[in-house]
Amino acid sequence: MSDCCENPSAAPSCCCARPPNVCGSVSSPAGDIPQVRTTWSAADRRGRVLCRVSNSFRMHYTVPPGLAAVGSPTAGSPVFVSANYKLSFDHLRTSLAGMDAWVLVLDTKGINVWCAAGKGTFGTQELVRRIASVKLGDVVSHRRVILPQLGAPGVTAHGVKRASGFTVAYGPVYARDIPAYLSAGCRASPEMRKTRFTLADRLVLTPMEVLPALRHYLWLAAVILLVFGLCPQGIMFVPALRQGWLFLALGLAAIATGSFLTPLLLPWVPFRSFALKGWLMGVAGTGALQLSTSHSMLADPLILASAYLFFPVLSSYLALNFTGCTTFTSKSGVKRELRLALPLYVAGIALSATAVVIYRLRQWGLG
Amino acid sequence: MRYLQDVVTLRYAADKCVGCGRCTEVCPQAVFALQGRKAVVTDLDACIECGACRRNCAAGAISVDAGVGCAAAFINGILRFGDADKGTCDCGDSSSDCCGG
Repeated sequence: MSDCCENPSAAPSCCCARPPNVCGSVSSPAGDIPQVRTTWSAADRRGRVLCRVSNSFRMHYTVPPGLAAVGSPTAGSPVFVSANYKLSFDHLRTSLAGMDAWVLVLDTKGINVWCAAGKGTFGTQELVRRIASVKLGDVVSHRRVILPQLGAPGVTAHGVKRASGFTVAYGPVYARDIPAYLSAGCRASPEMRKTRFTLADRLVLTPMEVLPALRHYLWLAAVILLVFGLCPQGIMFVPALRQGWLFLALGLAAIATGSFLTPLLLPWVPFRSFALKGWLMGVAGTGALQLSTSHSMLADPLILASAYLFFPVLSSYLALNFTGCTTFTSKSGVKRELRLALPLYVAGIALSATAVVIYRLRQWGLG
Repeated sequence: MRYLQDVVTLRYAADKCVGCGRCTEVCPQAVFALQGRKAVVTDLDACIECGACRRNCAAGAISVDAGVGCAAAFINGILRFGDADKGTCDCGDSSSDCCGG
């Protein structure tokens, strides 16, 4: 993003002089402030979907930091703070429909509020700096900014007050609760203060679990085909597929259980540990495939051992990777899981590989 | 949904608490409640160690080893730097995507 994006109203000829959703401008003592719509356009809806399936799209889905207006705000209107990830900004501006308010967008490098707060980019320093750079003290007569509650891990409210004179109020977790928060006199009910993690919330996160896993699956598939295709005469394609497809299918099943079913069915899969949840689902997936196919290799105990040692571990690993997407895991908890799981993963993979190698050596008449 | 028990590093010193209620305002897991002029920890195991309470406690009554419970970030740190804590979820890196929210 070029420098002019820092202050779009000051650089009318710049590429980003007219950021999306701008529908006019509102004059203020600090100059003209872009006014934004409070509706979801077709492009916004498309962006909302693309964010969930493409990491490269999401990383560039930004709005310019700075001040924006919703409705026709005045010096007495409330100020809401957001991140410059467009989806965060969209949720806020559309929740302010029918209101007159200011929106202060922080430069969080295009990252959502909660993750940016964890990284410190949605933080005290940036907020204080941004309050000064947009001359918020000239725009509004009060001294109060309303932050999303999930910005709190990065912001020290009393530090902001000391450095800028502005009092920080933490609004509700979800922007959609803002109208209720305002009508209750800027009070959030206990329910508004809690994160939720519904089936739908989890479902929208699964593409970004499954798609990267599938990209890595290509490497696994190459190794599987190599192992089953490698013969004393060279690499044979037909035996590679004839024998290898079983493991290729088991790999896909492990991705299905670890990256999709475990996240989706999270509350109903036994155990609290994600590693255990994923492993259990992986055993179930491997078992389901074993029962539904009649591959001759399944009669061999070495192949069975190899399959049950490796694929549940793969599913477990993928499920463990979902911890960062959830609303209820802790750093200490995830570290405890890793300490226990990683050595077991390594052992499982080593034993599984050994079993396959012995199986192949026997086929070559060497074992 | 609940995560592992008896692992969180949250510590609260009631004697330092001035009863401002900020911790109850910022906690997304309702770990704290205000009883009279003091905060009390009502659900320690629900803590996700986000650090919001510690950062916003002007009285310095709360300590916690704050961070993000993201296995992808820790594995990334172990692989790249040999130290789990040095890893980030690297949302720009297509190999680990923990910032979907």
